[in-house]
Amino acid sequence: MLNVGKIEEGLVLDHIKAGKSMEIYRYLQLDKLDCTVAIIKNARSNKMKKKDIIKVECDINMLNLDILGYIDHNITVNIIQKGEIVEKMALHLPKEIKNVIHCHNPRCITSIEQELPHIFVLADEVKEIYRCKYCEEKYSKKASHDK
Amino acid sequence: MKHLLSPLDFSTEELDSLFHLADDIEREPGKYAHMCAGKKLATCFYEPSTRTRLSFETAMLNLGGNVIGFSDAASSSASKGESVADTTRVICCFADICAMRHPKEGAAYVAASRSSIPIINAGDGGHQHPTQTLTDLMTIHALKGRLGNFTIGLCGDLKFGRTVHSLINALVRYENVKFIFISPEELRVPDYIIEMLKEKEIPYEEVINLESCIPQLDLLYMTRVQRERFFNEEDYVRLKDFYILDRAKMALAKQDCLVLHPLPRVNEISVEVDEDERAVYFKQVQYGVYVRMALILTLLELV
Ligand SMILES: [Zn+2]
Repeated sequence: MLNVGKIEEGLVLDHIKAGKSMEIYRYLQLDKLDCTVAIIKNARSNKMKKKDIIKVECDINMLNLDILGYIDHNITVNIIQKGEIVEKMALHLPKEIKNVIHCHNPRCITSIEQELPHIFVLADEVKEIYRCKYCEEKYSKKASHDK
Repeated sequence: MKHLLSPLDFSTEELDSLFHLADDIEREPGKYAHMCAGKKLATCFYEPSTRTRLSFETAMLNLGGNVIGFSDAASSSASKGESVADTTRVICCFADICAMRHPKEGAAYVAASRSSIPIINAGDGGHQHPTQTLTDLMTIHALKGRLGNFTIGLCGDLKFGRTVHSLINALVRYENVKFIFISPEELRVPDYIIEMLKEKEIPYEEVINLESCIPQLDLLYMTRVQRERFFNEEDYVRLKDFYILDRAKMALAKQDCLVLHPLPRVNEISVEVDEDERAVYFKQVQYGVYVRMALILTLLELV
């Protein structure tokens, strides 16, 4: 397997669904950070056959990881300090997500005012339901998976 | 600073004080005639709704304040492509409080999030119209003497009627309210409302026939079947005359059963009912002014 060096301080995002790493790279806005980022695509995995891995060498507080819970809560987040895994972070659905999903209600104010951010608020954690902050249009995460 | 965007933005305690203030305004209007002297209300109406706008403007004038604004999108900067957020920032430099009506859902929320003055949602598309709900609750409070401990019948278009949905959501917060939904099959109350009532264990019935349930009602809320909700004229014509409240039906109702209607009515209430003391839909308009006066005073923190 391709070898990428150990990191001293930062994050290892493991068990990313193969092919999804670039999407996560964009959502975490890693392009805006001036730090070492390694993206490993299609790594061999016992559990998943193929997976992606992202390693980021940075102060972990610089990243907003909330969005990962929305994208895929099966991702394993390892926090690295002094070259060792010190914590495995559990992922939750974020309370609010911005510009990740878009409101498709044609009666919503966001349909005519393009500069407004598309904000969805978690309405039901169990049913994984989000609602548009403006018009309260329902967005079901589960239903969108089934499609 | 507080805004009013949805009927549930105020707790039942806050509503109580609002209604008591409106009671006092009704009793002694003179006491409040100058309370808003030097203050300006902006009515920003991106779509015409003359009745709602006049009610707000009357409320402000009754309080000794002044009114500025626009009454349709064509006469506003929106016709030049200005955003709600920008218009709001401009209005904040002119006025002390703003009532906004907009055809798109969530417009008042956008305004409130950029505003340094209180924003009142005067209707945002099919989403919310909280001062209509306040008017309905105020009328019940004033004329029934209580919010709760009654059976209310809601009749007509229960599917598309935003007014009805908001009123139900507001009334479930009070004790011992029973709902009877009277509608044709096509215009039944949406499932999410039925699920909510089941979850809260609030009693309700769904019926088609008005005559059979009218004797048990303490309140009857009539609504209009709106032409614009239908894709074909045939369905509209068939359903619009489904319920016509007339003297014969009123004869079956309790002596103190109040009849409310958000107005305008088309023909769902026969004019012969207007003389009946129990028909309070025009008084409702008056209570709409009192409750808007109380709302303006409350949001401007003048009481
Ligand atoms: Zn929306």
